[in-house]
Amino acid sequence: MSSTSATFRIWRGEKGKGEFRDYKTPVSEGMVVLDAVHQIQADQANDLAVRWNCKAGKCGSCSAEVNGMPKLMCMTRLSDLPLDQPVTVQPMHTFPSIRDLVTDVSWNFRVKQEIKPFKPRQPDAPDGTWRMQQEDIERVQEFRKCIECFLCQDVCHVLRDHHKHDEFIGPRFLVHVAALEMHPLDTEDRIPELKKAHGVGYCNITKCCTKVCPEGITITDNAIIPLKERVVDRYYDPIKRLLGIGRK
Amino acid sequence: MTEYQTHEHDVLVIGAGGAGLRAAIEASAAGVSVGLICKSLLGKAHTVMAEGGVAAAMAHVDDRDNWKVHFSDTMRGGQYLNNWRMAELHAKEAPDRVRELEAWGAVFDRTKDGRILQRNFGGHRYPRLAHVGDRTGLEMIRTLQDHGIHQGIKVYMEHTVTKLFVEGGRIAGAFGYDRERGYLRVFKAKSVVVATGGVGRAYKITSNSWEYTGDGYALAYDAGADLMDMEFIQFHPTGMVWPPSVRGILVTEGVRGEGGVLRNKDGKRFMFDGIPENYKAQTADSEEEGWKYVQGDKNARRPPELLTRDHVARKIMGEVRDGRGSPHGGVFLDIAWIKSRLPNGAEHIKKKLPSMYHQFKQLADIDITEVPMEVGPTTHYTMGGVRVDGDTQMSTVPGLFAAGECAAGLHGANRLGGNSLSDLLVFGKRAGEHAAKFAREREAVAIDAGRVDAAARAALAPFDRGAAGGDAEGPYKIQYALQDLMQENVGIVRNEADIKKALDGIQGLKQRAGHAAAGGNRDYNPGWHTALDLPSLLTCAEAIAMCALERKESRGGHFREDHPDKDPAYAGFNLVVRKGLGGRPELRRETIAPLREDLKQVVEENK
Ligand SMILES: Cc1cc2nc3c(=O)[nH]c(=O)nc-3n(C[C@H](O)[C@H](O)[C@H](O)COP(=O)(O)OP(=O)(O)OC[C@H]3O[C@@H](n4cnc5c(N)ncnc54)[C@H](O)[C@@H]3O)c2cc1C
Ligand code: SF4
Ligand code: SF4
Ligand code: FES
Repeated sequence: MSSTSATFRIWRGEKGKGEFRDYKTPVSEGMVVLDAVHQIQADQANDLAVRWNCKAGKCGSCSAEVNGMPKLMCMTRLSDLPLDQPVTVQPMHTFPSIRDLVTDVSWNFRVKQEIKPFKPRQPDAPDGTWRMQQEDIERVQEFRKCIECFLCQDVCHVLRDHHKHDEFIGPRFLVHVAALEMHPLDTEDRIPELKKAHGVGYCNITKCCTKVCPEGITITDNAIIPLKERVVDRYYDPIKRLLGIGRK
Repeated sequence: MTEYQTHEHDVLVIGAGGAGLRAAIEASAAGVSVGLICKSLLGKAHTVMAEGGVAAAMAHVDDRDNWKVHFSDTMRGGQYLNNWRMAELHAKEAPDRVRELEAWGAVFDRTKDGRILQRNFGGHRYPRLAHVGDRTGLEMIRTLQDHGIHQGIKVYMEHTVTKLFVEGGRIAGAFGYDRERGYLRVFKAKSVVVATGGVGRAYKITSNSWEYTGDGYALAYDAGADLMDMEFIQFHPTGMVWPPSVRGILVTEGVRGEGGVLRNKDGKRFMFDGIPENYKAQTADSEEEGWKYVQGDKNARRPPELLTRDHVARKIMGEVRDGRGSPHGGVFLDIAWIKSRLPNGAEHIKKKLPSMYHQFKQLADIDITEVPMEVGPTTHYTMGGVRVDGDTQMSTVPGLFAAGECAAGLHGANRLGGNSLSDLLVFGKRAGEHAAKFAREREAVAIDAGRVDAAARAALAPFDRGAAGGDAEGPYKIQYALQDLMQENVGIVRNEADIKKALDGIQGLKQRAGHAAAGGNRDYNPGWHTALDLPSLLTCAEAIAMCALERKESRGGHFREDHPDKDPAYAGFNLVVRKGLGGRPELRRETIAPLREDLKQVVEENK
């Protein structure tokens, strides 16, 4: 793949109005899509808007749709793409466009603010802290790997196609709620909100979110389904309801 | 008059990495109104990338550890140029700051008895780094962020500060722009904390992101504060070297902490040669002993791969220079070999170093459980920064505080791995506390309208230049030229002629930066943003080069091939740069206060 070049068909525009433009740029071994975008930005389009920070898949800034697939641009190698055709790069579809590849993801930050924060039980170890076993925190640690790239939010049809942003917090924040609910020290109860404000019922387990998660979090099986079960246990299990149990 | 919006807070925190977030949380807890500004989205600051861990002498894994050992390790690593008061506070307070994170929801890896697990790291005598696999920074920033958003802090994401206002000798506020829409904003504040991280972007090969253009240093310097120890840049020994597009991306020291070894192209573990005198007594003298150490044997000494970063980086440079490097100009870092010692070695590597496994697999097509990585030095950390008071973190400008990588002092001539994340917590908290106190005790001061107008005009100047044509030039080329200049002339190995070349070059680049132009409009325009970052980069580059020229010895992160040894004549002072008359930087030597008697004894006891 030495000293060849490839064409990148990048969406350019503002607030949803714009068009794809083709840029030809040299490609070399090991390059990722973000490198190509930066090269184009430096040489041909100084004002091409793109978010990035770490260039190593750690910060979740560079989310976009590459050849129609939700991806981190910094972790998408050109050698994995067919370069005989133009590579299309466009912003995430689920969030309002700001400019070029940058979208307005502020909704996500507002959603998080609405979720009840961590509330630990009283410290119970003699040194004023807690004891937790590694095996008891492993599933929470899986959820805490989330880099908030919002790619799962981007693919989830409830948000992408049905625009239920006011009624459904989306897979990212179901993962967040799961991390809190399954935290061994947490004492808060978020089940009523899960059912109502957080709209866990909208999820019909298509698993699209799990497929795109760059951190490999098993969003649906490990986070969403157990949360759905907790809601069912609380609200629909007649015996438990009668006895008033089912709190964690 | 250009249009702008005004916002008012008691305390304004610039930067939302670990230090800024911790400062904002503390100030807010003190009951004052707090604004928090960051260039990226919340939670994306550099802190998110930190891998290996946070250093705190909690003694969970080795009960011989305590603050005195941590203090002594930090001072030895810093070659005794550290602000010893900061090193003392840091060592004493870090354990509480880490436990506090747990109370806010952080989930660190555990010991068998259910406490926070700690791992080995370079320069730390005992296993001291609390961690979560190799994504400790993510855990830390997310914990602070998720706690912080419920504390009533007003967050301005994707905003860049370009100017600090000083009125009547006191800080009065800041000027900045919103990156999304290009709105201009004035922030009035009674005190300001700069927590803007480092200046790695002044170099070509770096582990730092676009944000690290040294804005906080330049803002504080312009406001009249002192910059200290700027010659001390940390080059991390292990960055990726291949493929070219990932050159510089960090390979955590945790790889070596877990047993990874460095070899040259002949397969030799070259780190056993040339161990520095002051570390000889603490370093293993056989491969066997080194392995025992990483396996937790308390009677074994650490392998030479875990010596301080400056030493390891120079040893790697030496192997490459002498023709014993790897194919792409690095050396080999081998963790796969531990499979010969551990029955489930491959699984162990994936468990302990998941993001390294991922990073090499995805970016370099390499399975680190099978083959060695190729690594070489990368610009990583700025030891120097704003000179502050050790207890309060206030700079020499009343009301202006600095914390985290932006402040100088704790690390002296070389930082130990893991001591940054703890620095952010300890001094972020202190800065927030004292900034709030400062604000509560005072009335706000008015900002002169003329100064605001000048700041606004400066912010928009790149567009005017773009429209005017003439000498106008895009900003990226200028930034690349600076990065090449610094990499070549003020990098890991320095000499007088090269540094002078850099200083000349910087003057030329300042001229060019004065013509840096932006096209397009103000909506999310990276060309414009980059043009505005250039002056900060240049201010910092000049300070780095001036100090590097003045320190005619080799110590910590600063290595002069024309003065390759440590010189006792340079042991007693820090170099300080301040904006002098006519706006030119002035350099002076600041004598280090003698170590307090009790601390002197602590150092003696832990030799
Ligand atoms: C890859 C990597 C791995 C690391 N691993 C470790 C480790 O294992 N252990 C350890 O102790 N240290 C580690 N470090 C170092 C450590 O992560 C950093 O030193 C530390 O995170 C710096 O934190 P900070 O709060 O000072 O600033 P940062 O986290 O760098 O945040 C700076 C903030 O300032 C903002 N900002 C900058 N300029 C402006 C401006 N003009 N206007 C407004 N906002 C601005 C930025 O947007 C950002 O929010 C690592 C660093 C890297 C790069
Ligand atoms: S599994 Fe649920 S949350 Fe995930 S994409 Fe499908 S509907 Fe959305
Ligand atoms: S859960 Fe995965 S896909 Fe969703 S935001 Fe987090 S890291 Fe991204
Ligand atoms: S730039 Fe950080 S994830 Fe891509």
